[in-house]
Amino acid sequence: MSKVKSIEDLMKIKEKALKELQLRDTGKRGKITVAMGTCGIAAGAKETLKAVVEALAENNINDIAVVQSGCMGLCEVEPTIEVRLEGQEPVVYGHVTPENAKRIVKLHILGNQIVSDLLVRKGEM
Amino acid sequence: MPLTTSTILICAGGACISSGETSVKEALQREIKKYGLDEVVRIVETGCMGACSLGPIMVIYPEGVFYQKLTPQAAVKIVQEHLLKGRIVQEHLYKMPTGEVIPEAMDKLPFFAKQVKIATRNVGYIDPGNIEEYIARDGYFALTKALREMTPDQVVEEIKRSGLRGRGGAGFPTGLKWELTRKAKGDRKYVVCNADEGDPGAFMDRSVLEGDPHTVLEAMAIAGYAIGAQQGYIYVRAEYPLAIERLETAIAQAKEYGFLGQNILDSDFSFDIEIRIGAGAFVCGEETALIASIEGKRGQPRVKPPYPAQSGVWGCPTVINNVETFACVPPIIIKGAEWFRSIGTPNSPGTKVFALAGKITNTGLVEVPMGITLRELLYEIGGGSSTGKKIKAVQTGGPSGGCIPAEYFETPVDYESLQKLGAIMGSGGMIVMDEDDCMVDVAKFFLEFTVDESCGKCTPCREGTRQMLKILDKITSGEGTEEDLEELERLGNIIKDTSLCGLGQTAPNPVLSTLRYYRHEYEAHVKEKRCPALRCKALVRYVIDSSKCVGCTACARVCPVNAISGELRKVHSIDNDVCIRCGSCIEVCRFGAISKVSP
Repeated sequence: MSKVKSIEDLMKIKEKALKELQLRDTGKRGKITVAMGTCGIAAGAKETLKAVVEALAENNINDIAVVQSGCMGLCEVEPTIEVRLEGQEPVVYGHVTPENAKRIVKLHILGNQIVSDLLVRKGEM
Repeated sequence: MPLTTSTILICAGGACISSGETSVKEALQREIKKYGLDEVVRIVETGCMGACSLGPIMVIYPEGVFYQKLTPQAAVKIVQEHLLKGRIVQEHLYKMPTGEVIPEAMDKLPFFAKQVKIATRNVGYIDPGNIEEYIARDGYFALTKALREMTPDQVVEEIKRSGLRGRGGAGFPTGLKWELTRKAKGDRKYVVCNADEGDPGAFMDRSVLEGDPHTVLEAMAIAGYAIGAQQGYIYVRAEYPLAIERLETAIAQAKEYGFLGQNILDSDFSFDIEIRIGAGAFVCGEETALIASIEGKRGQPRVKPPYPAQSGVWGCPTVINNVETFACVPPIIIKGAEWFRSIGTPNSPGTKVFALAGKITNTGLVEVPMGITLRELLYEIGGGSSTGKKIKAVQTGGPSGGCIPAEYFETPVDYESLQKLGAIMGSGGMIVMDEDDCMVDVAKFFLEFTVDESCGKCTPCREGTRQMLKILDKITSGEGTEEDLEELERLGNIIKDTSLCGLGQTAPNPVLSTLRYYRHEYEAHVKEKRCPALRCKALVRYVIDSSKCVGCTACARVCPVNAISGELRKVHSIDNDVCIRCGSCIEVCRFGAISKVSP
């Protein structure tokens, strides 16, 4: 660590560390839920989870919470994730491989468009 | 950037560590690794979150779920259910007395929601071992602002205008102290942080040092810039090993990042901080005794003036402030004096941290705006009595303070109002007493403490407090007279007026304030040889109610001195000449047949 010499140096450290702390905020724009039941994990949900987190980080998105849930009963299309953005209907995607997870983050979270080929369900259950 | 979905903040304050935080954390780590979540779940050990009575506690983000009373088994379940499957584990959530379960306790519990945090703003939220988390919460921005945009005089002026007063108890205006030291002549000057927290039951300074050590370092550097000092000392007692460890880490990090050392932030200002470890004598919290101890001399106070602002460490002008006072400085520099003045009361701006202890439901640490009433503090935040019996009084200011009876609970908490009642703000300890507490016994407890801790240098404190204790002993053993009460008052006032330092000058307060408000209890002891609260052993007899006793022999078997006799299935009796009033028989009797009486 080189010594902090200016307000700019300090701002840089603050911005970097703030991302970490923002994970401790409860006020978020939305959340992505990764189904982590036994079926989901068997189908590779752990890799999906990791890919989601990585994709959010790569795109500098820090107002989306990532949480895990149990099986949502869609075992045949696992791994599944649910995307819930504020003021919008929740969307469930199936067959979410790590590559697909990255696509969802790019298109849905950043571009606000639904990835139709992976869509399983739209709206509340 | 770290890749995480969930962040677990687990409280690693002293109280939670004592109640098993380490084994909970280890269970969490083990389980998280077992399920392969160690890449996405981060565990952060924070300083004290304040809700010590619920410990060990933790909060899981992003949901903000608050879990309490944790065990390693609970940790295993929370990983399997909450982290893996997103299901909240109900049995470790906080329950209101009404039975209502509150998952997001940090936002919704009155205990947390009614607090205003300035000095403890980061405690329980950041990792105290990571300087970057402190920076993310505007850490070291105040020092940068002071060095870049303000002259030392402007810094002093800002603190003066904020109205910040010493949080160690006496309430001396901090800005004035800085100004006097700045103006004092001397080539070398020093900044000292008084972390010799010694009041029984008070632990706000420890909490700040353990939970947010950098705020103290930053404030000391700002003070150094303001008064023209290059060296600071933190005087902390050896009983605070965790605080010392975290301070050492913080000092090393601050040096690495260039916030301490030569030419801080590329300016001409250089400042360093060293830790001085005290052996835990109560009197070393007195500033002149503390300074003597830093110099390696015996920790004894001396006559003032000269004040430390003129002649402190090594005879040089010295600013000496308490931990909590320092912790308020960086936010004042960043947000301005007006912001600080907008909180609290005109004469006591800002907030105060209190340690709630005794017969109160939510024991722990809280920070509230000055001017809050005692009732709000004790009932809304503290949750009221923990025993179901009425709260009788609260002792503020520890052994230097006084008792405030329940009739005065609408009093606002500020320096002057508490003083008017014969108590003091003190460092912020609040010991709550209910109807089972005898006020003579309470006064005796605090006086025993000051008699032990008196350094012996001046006669009024050394001999006077001892004489007062002797009289109290006489009263509680049923041999007191009415003249003794007069004598206690006379002696107390003399000791107050003639003692050398704050320790002696305040030592009679617990006795004088209880005599003022609870004279009838003293009189019951001396006139009727009776202890109304049934606490003073010599004035209490144990009796067995013959209509309730079934002769189960449980009491006779548990009595350590064989004072209870009686045959199986026949009414028992207690020999009060042998009985030592330990209370074991009352605890063990399932029929409520044994009770204490005072004639």
